[in-house]
Amino acid sequence: MLAWTIYLSFAGALLQALLPKGKPALSRWLALLVAVVGLLLAGAGFAAGAGQGLKVIVDVPWVPSMGIHYVLAADGISLVLVLLTGLAAVAGVLFSWNIEERTNEFFAFYLALIGGVYGVFLSFDLFLLFVFYEIAIVPKYFLIAIWGSTRREYGAMKLALYSFVGSAMVLIGLLAAYTTSGSHSTGLVALAHAGLPVSFQMWVFPLVFTGFAILAGMWPFHTWAPTGHVAAPTAASMLLAGVVMKLGAYGCLRVAMVLFPHGMDPWGFAVLGIGSWRDVFAVLAVIGIVYGALVALVQTDFKFVIGYSSVSHMGFVLLGLMTLKQIGMTGAVLQMFSHGVLAGLLFAIVGRIVYERTHTRQLADLEGMHLSKRLPFAAWAFVIAGMAAMGLPGFSGFVAELQVLVGSWKADPWWTAAAGVGIVVGVAYTWRALQRAFFSDLPPSAHMHEHAHELGAITWPEIAGVSMLVAASLVVGLYPRILLDAIEPAVKTLLAGGGQ
Amino acid sequence: MNYADLFRVTLPETALEIAALVVLVADLGFLRKAALNVRASVAALLGIFGCAAALWTMPLQAAGGLVYPGTGEVLLMAGGSAAVAQIGILALTVLTLFLLMDAEFTQHVGEYVAVVLMAAAGGLLIAAAQDLLIIFIGLELLSLGLYILAAFAKRSANSAEAAIKYYLFGGMSAAFLLFGFSYLYGLSGSTNLAQIVAAEQGMHSGAMLTIALVMVAAGLGFKVAAVPFHLWAPDAYEGAPAPAAAFIASVSKVASFALLISVSVAALHIFHGTHGPWSLILAVLATASMVLGNLVALAQVSVRRLLAYSAIAHAGYILLALAYFSDSPTNPSVILYYIVTYGLTTIGAFGVVAVVERSAGSDRLDAFLGLHKRNPALAAILLVLFLSLAGIPPLVGFWAKFNLFAAVLGVAAGAAPFGLVALALAMSAVSLYYYLQVLKRAFVMPAVTETPIVASPLTLAVLMMIAALVVVFGCFPALLQNWIAGFYPSM
Amino acid sequence: MNGIPVLTLLTVLPVAGAMVALAAGKHARAVALVTTLAGLVLALMVWAQLPADGSIGLVERAAWAPSLGMEYHLGVDGLGALMLVLSAIVTLMSVDAAHHAHRQPNLYFCLVLLLEAGLFGSFTALNFFHWFLFWELSLIPAFFLIKLWGGPKRGPAATQFFVYTMAGSVALLLAFLAVFLSTGSMDFGQLTAMAQSGALEQAVNAHLGPVMMWLALGVLAGFAVKIPIMPFHTWLPAAYSEAPSPVTMLLTGAMSKMGVYGLLRIAVPLFGHQLAQIRTPLLTLAVVTVVMGAWAAAAQTDLKRVFAYSSVNHLGYCVLGIFALAVPATGAAVQASQAAALNGVILQMFNHGITAGALFWFIAMLQERSGGQRGIDDFGGLRKPAPVMAGLMGIVLFSSLGLPGLNGFVGEFLIFRGVFPLSWVAASVSILGLLVTAAVILTVIQKVFSGPVPDRWASFPDMHGGERLAIAPVIGLMLLLGLLPQVVVQNINPTVVNLLAHWRF
Repeated sequence: MLAWTIYLSFAGALLQALLPKGKPALSRWLALLVAVVGLLLAGAGFAAGAGQGLKVIVDVPWVPSMGIHYVLAADGISLVLVLLTGLAAVAGVLFSWNIEERTNEFFAFYLALIGGVYGVFLSFDLFLLFVFYEIAIVPKYFLIAIWGSTRREYGAMKLALYSFVGSAMVLIGLLAAYTTSGSHSTGLVALAHAGLPVSFQMWVFPLVFTGFAILAGMWPFHTWAPTGHVAAPTAASMLLAGVVMKLGAYGCLRVAMVLFPHGMDPWGFAVLGIGSWRDVFAVLAVIGIVYGALVALVQTDFKFVIGYSSVSHMGFVLLGLMTLKQIGMTGAVLQMFSHGVLAGLLFAIVGRIVYERTHTRQLADLEGMHLSKRLPFAAWAFVIAGMAAMGLPGFSGFVAELQVLVGSWKADPWWTAAAGVGIVVGVAYTWRALQRAFFSDLPPSAHMHEHAHELGAITWPEIAGVSMLVAASLVVGLYPRILLDAIEPAVKTLLAGGGQ
Repeated sequence: MNYADLFRVTLPETALEIAALVVLVADLGFLRKAALNVRASVAALLGIFGCAAALWTMPLQAAGGLVYPGTGEVLLMAGGSAAVAQIGILALTVLTLFLLMDAEFTQHVGEYVAVVLMAAAGGLLIAAAQDLLIIFIGLELLSLGLYILAAFAKRSANSAEAAIKYYLFGGMSAAFLLFGFSYLYGLSGSTNLAQIVAAEQGMHSGAMLTIALVMVAAGLGFKVAAVPFHLWAPDAYEGAPAPAAAFIASVSKVASFALLISVSVAALHIFHGTHGPWSLILAVLATASMVLGNLVALAQVSVRRLLAYSAIAHAGYILLALAYFSDSPTNPSVILYYIVTYGLTTIGAFGVVAVVERSAGSDRLDAFLGLHKRNPALAAILLVLFLSLAGIPPLVGFWAKFNLFAAVLGVAAGAAPFGLVALALAMSAVSLYYYLQVLKRAFVMPAVTETPIVASPLTLAVLMMIAALVVVFGCFPALLQNWIAGFYPSM
Repeated sequence: MNGIPVLTLLTVLPVAGAMVALAAGKHARAVALVTTLAGLVLALMVWAQLPADGSIGLVERAAWAPSLGMEYHLGVDGLGALMLVLSAIVTLMSVDAAHHAHRQPNLYFCLVLLLEAGLFGSFTALNFFHWFLFWELSLIPAFFLIKLWGGPKRGPAATQFFVYTMAGSVALLLAFLAVFLSTGSMDFGQLTAMAQSGALEQAVNAHLGPVMMWLALGVLAGFAVKIPIMPFHTWLPAAYSEAPSPVTMLLTGAMSKMGVYGLLRIAVPLFGHQLAQIRTPLLTLAVVTVVMGAWAAAAQTDLKRVFAYSSVNHLGYCVLGIFALAVPATGAAVQASQAAALNGVILQMFNHGITAGALFWFIAMLQERSGGQRGIDDFGGLRKPAPVMAGLMGIVLFSSLGLPGLNGFVGEFLIFRGVFPLSWVAASVSILGLLVTAAVILTVIQKVFSGPVPDRWASFPDMHGGERLAIAPVIGLMLLLGLLPQVVVQNINPTVVNLLAHWRF
């Protein structure tokens, strides 16, 4: 059943490409239909499969000569991320409702991207996973380059090249693993049990991990993220921050860490307290958390604030993974979900609801516009999203970040301390953006008179999208077990060294 | 050996030659008054029938090929691995002939098709040859045809320049090759590859053998446009008429790499598995080609030159696989897989370029502006083909690259092959940039004009078929792989 | 545990009410009134169902996120139930007081009800996570109520309020995280038992080293900001005076009690031993809060600031009573003193909530009638044009002063009775605070109600029937508690005994 999320999305993409031009409404409703059915399938799959271990959906030979199988399967982690993808897909369509130019092409690329993302989360063959991973890169380029804003061609190209370099690193590692294992199989399970030599894992792990982590926005390879997010059209930045960055983190977990666990073993010596690749990546993650937050604190462009906050939040995911503790890794997966929902929400508010009406994203301009009065819906949606993003209890971010912190404490208290700084700065930049963009008391600026025209009314897709994402964050925040019950057993299996 | 055997082995070549004569007779004899497009269609169709006939005769070839009666050495292979390259050559020739049908660069379509068929016959010979003399004859047959094809747009100065450059470089490279062949003959006393292997195996002939191999590599490097023997390629790709350029970029590449495989197998046996200086020479050529081809391509504004440099880069990847080579069936088959699918994609690319060129009068990047509006179908085809060239899954270019590099790593483990594969992958990340430069103009940047670009239905259908094949072979990579593997009994 | 999950209902009710209010447009206040009334009824039901032995009753438990020690664990004893009743009353008063037309009434009452939900939630939670959720939840609506409906300097005031409280929360969270990392539990009951047996300190020492005192300070910091204890009070005058008066009622009447409640429910049970070690500096802070709060009130000219600081002073008594408890119980006399002080603290919490709430209500009325004036010198002789108002507000002021017979007296008396034997120095110095407060309040009475009537107030409107009706129950409650404190004490005392039995100093 879950496999149909992939097929349906690709079929939708193809259908969109073939639709006659000049019928935007038809395209929209079709895209919404595809996305909603995808979400329903994902939800049904989640409900049916949560907590039941690894379930294989399809397993047929694909390239028999190389031992490559077309294997779709799902464990708790996959299910959670598939669910996230479904949510993000529907929300993205809703927030793209106002796209009038080349609508069918937009949704064709959009659904192709969604299909690729579903595919990555469900693949249990290394090369199948890689194929889907790359499929997701190309539509992103076009979505940003064609429908984006601020320096869109630059942002799109940077994103595409970073992604491609990352995936080249991954591919080297995968080829190496495939040829070294000699198992003549590319199944994730088989490779995990192949017993790759420790010395080999030692150099492949950092390669593959870095390759994936580039897409997860790991510092110092994060620079594509803010420019990409800012350049992208709203739905694309929602997907980019919401699910595409998760692809990277998911790859780090599912491929790098599971196939090359000994790559995280100590080197036998330590420089500045760093004695293994695990330490290296944990420190990079922590730097990302703090750096992203600090940079977000001084941005003047509203969307850049959110862009850098994504770098910071994804740092928590990577840190959680590097704890190698049940609780920390569970937190990392939950944070993937949480950040996926929240980043989507924040980008939707900033990029769609506010920008489309005010035509500025500069905090300095927004300050004079009194948006809390003129766009109360946007203001209050941002308050809720911001509270969730800064990790207030009751929202999904709190549970996730708390678990990561607890896990990292068990691994190395200094990581926790540094990440804690990131949280505090996170409150500060969210609050600053909130105050300046919505609740400023400044007298109306001269600039505002140009924009004195009435801001358009909030439309139903906006309300529906915001409500859906807020509800998701709240439900998970108030009842985290709904996801934790799926994630925990899966993480436990991974940690038990059983590969999958 | 008797002439009946020879005839039975060279049935496909014969079929092509006959077809060439038939085309000439038909075009010059019966259709002198007909309109150009009619003549072009008839000539191309006859050529296609010729190719089909050649294909049809392939099963009738004498099993085991052409053999010296005394020693039992094979002169010309029939069937087996040679057949893969031959079928590839014929199929790609058919596609380039389709592209001719609405071309307007020449009045002499009959001659054009005849030359194409003869050059293709040369290609078939090369793919099967196991003897230096036959190799050389085949190469010259192919090359002479290519020189003429490059010059075929007689009224175009570019075309003439391309042909002259191609001819001069080609002549020089033929000299190198012959020089190398003569050394090989001198060292071993035979022109047969198997004999040479037998004579040289374990002899450590040292410097002389190395010089011979360097010469051979130089000669063949020219054919596949490997750096530093690549200088002709950009001019030829740019100046030659589009169908001719497509033919040069695809068919001649398949034939040349088939030949390189034969030589590499021999070298492998001479040097006992680690194929010594040959491997080193190829690795150097490969590295230079990958790096230079990709980096110089970044700076191109002409799409044809861009494709030329990308061809150089792709040749580099294949040479890498030849440098780390084993004669287990896997390696030759993945190389043929790569080159055939690459040829397919390139023909499609040239087809699109030709259509755009005819409308815009130029092949510069800006000619592609707004293609998605001016001809959506063509734009979609371009998207598929270029992404495949960049190696994006699930298109066939990805699997070709993947198989190729997996084969390299399967042959040799260690820092050097890993490093080179890493370089190759890094370079293919670079290549995405310039492919996207074209796609960006086609899809992203605003159009200067919105007048539709018209492509003839036939051309469009052929291009669509090529794009569809690229997608289908990409989604179901086993189809083509299994088919190729079927020609290698031991797999 | 009975069939109906009353406590859950109590928490959900205001949230639901908030959503309805948001949708109700101009009728939001009516929705809010109905909701808060229903909340009061439920809170009284809870009060009536308390177990007689002072233990925790009406328990509801459900697994939540076991890996993080999170559990849905609700329950109340006399302390919690009293706070529920207080919150319900103060919110009702606040809604009642906010009857003049507001901008965006639906949003306003939505936030007020969310704040009430935060209060209810934090007074019923028995698991740290759950408690912290509502602790933070109450902060957000409060911020916006100040930020959007406050006075001219509302922006900085709201931000200061938020930043201070948030910083305190972070300290609190970090400390609790450390406790959780050491023990794997977030359950108040479990942790209290561990603290009593010394297992908590052992676990912390084993996991993190000797940081128990730091954790105690972290937790204290969180509560010190909220109550506030000097010198963590600097956010308070701005916030209380800039907030609209009905919101100030909530801030001082109910939210400040969250801090005191936190001391009693978390700081003392878990870190009693540590508090005992630093008892002298803590008592010093408490005395400073009492005395300086009173002095600062005396120096103000803005009525709202006067009562803001006098609130600091009144809550200082609670803090004083709590910190004075922190001595090892060495005999029946000490135990009796501790019990007296704790009874006093709890009563004082309730009484201050009612009284301060009523005071700010009257300020709201004064402002409404005078076009927003609230300077101590802006009025004069009001008892002539508005005798009813003068009389009723006088009662409230005397209650605040601690006049015997009114509710304010009982709590303060019990606190001093308990504190004197435990620390006579602190008690003696604090008396100073009592005296200054008395002076301040008498000054207010004199300046506002006595003396000649300025011309402009000659026709100062008196309280109308609706207002009288609304305030009457509150005044009645003050009298009742002043005259018959055992109505409350009979439920409080078992709880006090029960609490003290579980604490280790």
